[in-house]
Amino acid sequence: MSDQLGNKILMDSEVESAIEEVGSGDAQRPGDVRPTTKRLTRRRLILRRFLRNKLAVAGVGVWIFLILLALVGPMVSPWAFNDVDRRAYLKPPSQQHWFGTTQSGRDVLALTMQGLRKSLLIGLLVALISTTIAALVGSFAAYFGGWTERVALWVVDLLLVIPSFFLIAILVTGGPQGSSSWLLLVLLLAAFGWVLSARVVRSLTLSVKEREYVLAARFMGLAAPKVIIRHILPNISSLLIIDATLGIGGAVLAETTLAFFGFGVQPPDTSLGTLIAEGQRLATTFPWIFLAPATVLVIMVLSVNAIGDGLRDALDPNSQSGGKAA
Amino acid sequence: MSLDLNPDHKVRRTQSGTVLSVQDLHVSFPSEAGPVRAVRGLSFDLAAGETMAIVGESGSGKSVTSLAIMGLHPDSARITGSIKLHGEELLGRSDAAMSKIRGNELAMIFQDPLSALTPVYTIGDQITETIQIHRNVSRAAATKQAVELLDLVGIPSPHLRVKSFPHEFSGGMRQRAMIALAIANDPDVIIADEPTTALDITIQAQVLDVLKKAQRETGAAVIMITHDLGVVAGVADRVTVMYAGRPVEQGTVDEIFYSPRMPYTIGLLGAVPRLDADVKEPLATLEGNPPSVVSLPPGCPFAPRCPMVQDNCLTIEPALAPTDKPLHTAACLYSSDIAAENRTYRDIFPIPAIPASPLERLPREERRSVLRLEQMQRHYPLMKGAVFRRRVGTVYAVDGIDLEIKEGETLGLVGESGCGKSTTILEVLNLKPPTGGTVVVFGKDVRDIGSGRERKTMRRDIQVVFQDPMASLDPRMPVFDIIAEPMGVHKVPKAEVERRVEELLSLVGLEPSHASRFPQQFSGGQRQRIGIARALALEPKLIVLDEPVSALDVSIQAGVINLLDELKAKMGLSYLFVAHDLAVVQHIADRVAVMYLGKIVEIGEVSEVFRHPTHPYTQALLSAIPIPDPHKERSRERILLKGDLPSPANPPSGCKFRTRCQRFATLSEGEQQPCLETMPELYVVGQDHHSACHYNRERQVV
Repeated sequence: MSDQLGNKILMDSEVESAIEEVGSGDAQRPGDVRPTTKRLTRRRLILRRFLRNKLAVAGVGVWIFLILLALVGPMVSPWAFNDVDRRAYLKPPSQQHWFGTTQSGRDVLALTMQGLRKSLLIGLLVALISTTIAALVGSFAAYFGGWTERVALWVVDLLLVIPSFFLIAILVTGGPQGSSSWLLLVLLLAAFGWVLSARVVRSLTLSVKEREYVLAARFMGLAAPKVIIRHILPNISSLLIIDATLGIGGAVLAETTLAFFGFGVQPPDTSLGTLIAEGQRLATTFPWIFLAPATVLVIMVLSVNAIGDGLRDALDPNSQSGGKAA
Repeated sequence: MSLDLNPDHKVRRTQSGTVLSVQDLHVSFPSEAGPVRAVRGLSFDLAAGETMAIVGESGSGKSVTSLAIMGLHPDSARITGSIKLHGEELLGRSDAAMSKIRGNELAMIFQDPLSALTPVYTIGDQITETIQIHRNVSRAAATKQAVELLDLVGIPSPHLRVKSFPHEFSGGMRQRAMIALAIANDPDVIIADEPTTALDITIQAQVLDVLKKAQRETGAAVIMITHDLGVVAGVADRVTVMYAGRPVEQGTVDEIFYSPRMPYTIGLLGAVPRLDADVKEPLATLEGNPPSVVSLPPGCPFAPRCPMVQDNCLTIEPALAPTDKPLHTAACLYSSDIAAENRTYRDIFPIPAIPASPLERLPREERRSVLRLEQMQRHYPLMKGAVFRRRVGTVYAVDGIDLEIKEGETLGLVGESGCGKSTTILEVLNLKPPTGGTVVVFGKDVRDIGSGRERKTMRRDIQVVFQDPMASLDPRMPVFDIIAEPMGVHKVPKAEVERRVEELLSLVGLEPSHASRFPQQFSGGQRQRIGIARALALEPKLIVLDEPVSALDVSIQAGVINLLDELKAKMGLSYLFVAHDLAVVQHIADRVAVMYLGKIVEIGEVSEVFRHPTHPYTQALLSAIPIPDPHKERSRERILLKGDLPSPANPPSGCKFRTRCQRFATLSEGEQQPCLETMPELYVVGQDHHSACHYNRERQVV
C-alpha cells in the first residue's frame, strides 16, 4: 500500500515543482531578461504564440486553400457540378475530368468542390453555433446556480431524451424546400448538438468559479457576464476548442447520415457526405468517386484539428509555445 | 511499554549507534531542459532515538531525499551514493525487496493525511493490513493491536473509531492515524515529511506531541522534514539545512540556531517573524529566489542572493567544512569570518527602514472609521432533501461580532480554520446585508446601498489579496491585463492605465518590462506581489488580506511582509489581515481579534493581547506557536487543547469554548455553572483589551 501512497505523493511533490521550474527558471533571473521594447496586448500575445506553432499555421494555410477551392473553384472549373457529360459515364481520371466522372456522367472534381462548399459551411456553422450555445448555457447555468441552473438543466435533459434524428428528418422534409433548405439543417443540427457539451461545460465551470481569481474579479466590481466571458470561458477554452473541432467532423458526419437516408442536403445540391455515401457503394470497383471527397474531408478535419491544437496551446500559458529562451 | 510493539520475531539489530547512514547521495531526474539535480551530495548518520530535521525551502531537495531513502522515487531517477540501514545498502534493491523494509523498518508520515490514507478502506483495515503484511498474526490479533495503536496516538474511543473511514476523521485525527500506521510495526526510522504543515496550530501542537510519544515508544530515529524553524527548534536534536539540493549547514540544533555560520541559515532565521520579539523590527529579506536546479551556474548557489558575496564565491562551490565548533559544518568560504565577528542577520542582511505613517501620530479615537461591524451574524440554513428541500438546522458561521478598523490601522483576525474568519471577510467584501447586525463601510451601512452601481463604486475603496497566489491570478491572462483589470472595470482612461501598471509593478518590486508575461512565469512571492499590485491599482482605503503569506516560503514571506508594512505607511492603507500564524500577526498588526466558533473571544491592541492574554483560548493558541529558539521552545509549558473545533452547526451551550477549555476543567461544579449557561460578553481587562471569559485570568505563555 505504501508504494501506491508514495507514488501518489511523489507526483505532487517537489519533483514536479523542480521540473516545473525548468520552464520558468531561466526567465526569472533578472540578468537575462530580453529587452521587450513594447508591451504586447493579450490578443497580440496569443497571435504570436499561435504563429510559433508551424503545424497550426500550416493548418490555417490548408484551410484557406480549401475555402478558396470551394469559392473560386466552381467559377474556373470547365464543368459545373450539375453538368452531365454524356460521353463519359464512370470514367477514371483523365485530361477532361481530372478526378473522373460518376455513373450519371458528372464531374467528380466539380462535385467535390460543390460538396466541400456545403460541408465547410455546415461543419463550421454547426460547430460554432453549438459550441457557443453550449459554452454560454453551461457556464451561465453553473455561475448563477439556483433557478437559472435548474431550468437550463431541464432543457438539456429534455433535449437529450428527444430522438433528434427523427425530429430533424421530419422538420427538414416538412420545412421550406429550395436552395436555402440547408440553413434549416444547420440550425437543427446545432440545436441538438450542444446539449452534451453544455453539461460538461457546466461541471467545469462549477470548479472554475470557486477559484480565487473569479472571486477577485467579482469583488473588483466586474459584472457577471464579463466575469464569465473574461475569466471562466478562457480557462475552459481547451475543452471548447476540442469540442468545436470535433463538432466540425461530427456535423459533416451527421449530415452524411441524414443524406444517406435522404434527409440531408437535397439534390440537385450536394455535400461531401452525400458524395461519400454515393461513392461508398462503388468504392472497390470505381474508387475515384469515393476517394476525392473522402480525401478532402480528411484534409479538412485534420487541418481543423491542427488549428485547434495550435489555438489551445496559444491560449494555455503552461504549454511550450512560449518559445525558447535564447 | 504498555504495548507489545516489539514482537519476538523481530530482533532489534541496533539498540544504539548509527541506524541509518546516508553518504554522498545524489538524485537527478531527466527533464526536457536537462537533468534536474534535485539532491547533490547529502551525507548524514542517524542514531537510534535521535531526531534530525532537514530544513529548506520548496525545491531544495528535502522531499526527494526522503523518497530516495524510502525507495519511492520514480524509475527515471538516477541515484548515486549510499543509503545504509543497519549497515546494509538500500540503494539498488528491487521494489519487492524494499517493500519488505518499508512499513517494517522504515516508515513514513506524509504531509496530507487525506491523500495518504486510502479513502475506501477503514482506518482499522489499513493498520491491520500493514501489520499482517510484515508479521504472521491472525486478523483478530492485528485488529486488537490496531485498537491499541489508535489508543496510543490519542484517538478517543478507539474500539469504535477503528471502523471509521478516513473522511470521518478530522485532519488532526487523520494525522494521528497516519502516525499509528507508521509505528504499527515498530520501525527503526520514521520519516516525517512536513507532518503538520496542513494542520491548524493547536492541532499541530497535539500531533507533534503524539509524534514525540511515538518516538519514545518505538525508540526510532526520526527524520523531520519541515520548513518551519519553530518546529525544528522544538523537536530536533540535529539539523541539516538544504539549499538548491545541497546541504549548506549541519550541526546540533543549538549550534544552528545560536551560532549559524552560513549566510543562508542566518538569513532564514532573521526572516522569521518571532512571537517573542520585544520590539517590532523589519525582517531580514533574502532578495531573489532559489535557483533552478537544472542549469546551476558554477560557484555557490546562494551567491546571487548573498549580501556577503565575493568574487571567488562565483567560481568555487564550497563544500561542507568544519567551523569553530566540533561536528558543526557549513558550506561557506567565509564562515570563519562570520564566526570571528559573530555576525548576525542584522550585520549581514539589508534591513529596510520602514517609514512611519503620518496617521500613526493621530490618536486612534480621532481617526476616521473605515470598517465597522456591529453584532454581525452570518447564519447558513442547513438543507436536506433533493425534491422537497427543508431546513434541518442552522450553521452559525459568524454569530454576532463587533469590530472596528480605523484609518491607517491593521486589524489581525486569528483563529483555527472553521472559526468564521473567512466568512467574516466574505461578508465584508460582498457588501450585502448580513443575516443579522450591520456592516458599515466608510461610514455607510451596507443596508443603505441602493443600487448595483453604488455598490460597484464602493468596491473601489475595498480590495482583497488572497491566500494562494497561484489561484488568485487568472492563469490565462498576462500580468498587465491582471493588474489593469480593476481599472478597466472602474473606467480609468487607457493612457492612464498604461502608466499606472508600470508604476504599480515597480512599487511592489517587480520589473515593469515583465508585464506581458503570464503568472506561471513568476515564483510564488512574485505572484503574491502581482496580487498586491492589483489590489492597489485603484488606490483603495481598505485591503482585506486573506492569509497573504501562509503559502510562501520563509525567505520570500519576509519580503512580502516588509512590502505590506511599507505600503501601509506610504499610502495610509488600512488592513484587515486574516491569518492563523500569530507570529506574523504580531509583526504586522496594530490590533488583533481572536475568533472562536463565530465569536470574538479576545480583542485589543496586539502587544497587550499577546503579552497579557487572559482568555484561555488565546493562551492556548499562543502557547501552540513554536518559537525558533531551542532553549525557550524546550522550556516552554505548552497548553494542549483537547480535540477539535466543534461543528458550527451544533455549538455547545453557554460558553462556546467550554468543551475544550483548559480552565473549565479546573473549576468546581458551582463555578462551572455560568460557563454552561451563558456565553460571556467581552469584559474590559485593560487599556483597549477585552476578553470574553467568565474567569479572565492573565497567564504568560510566550
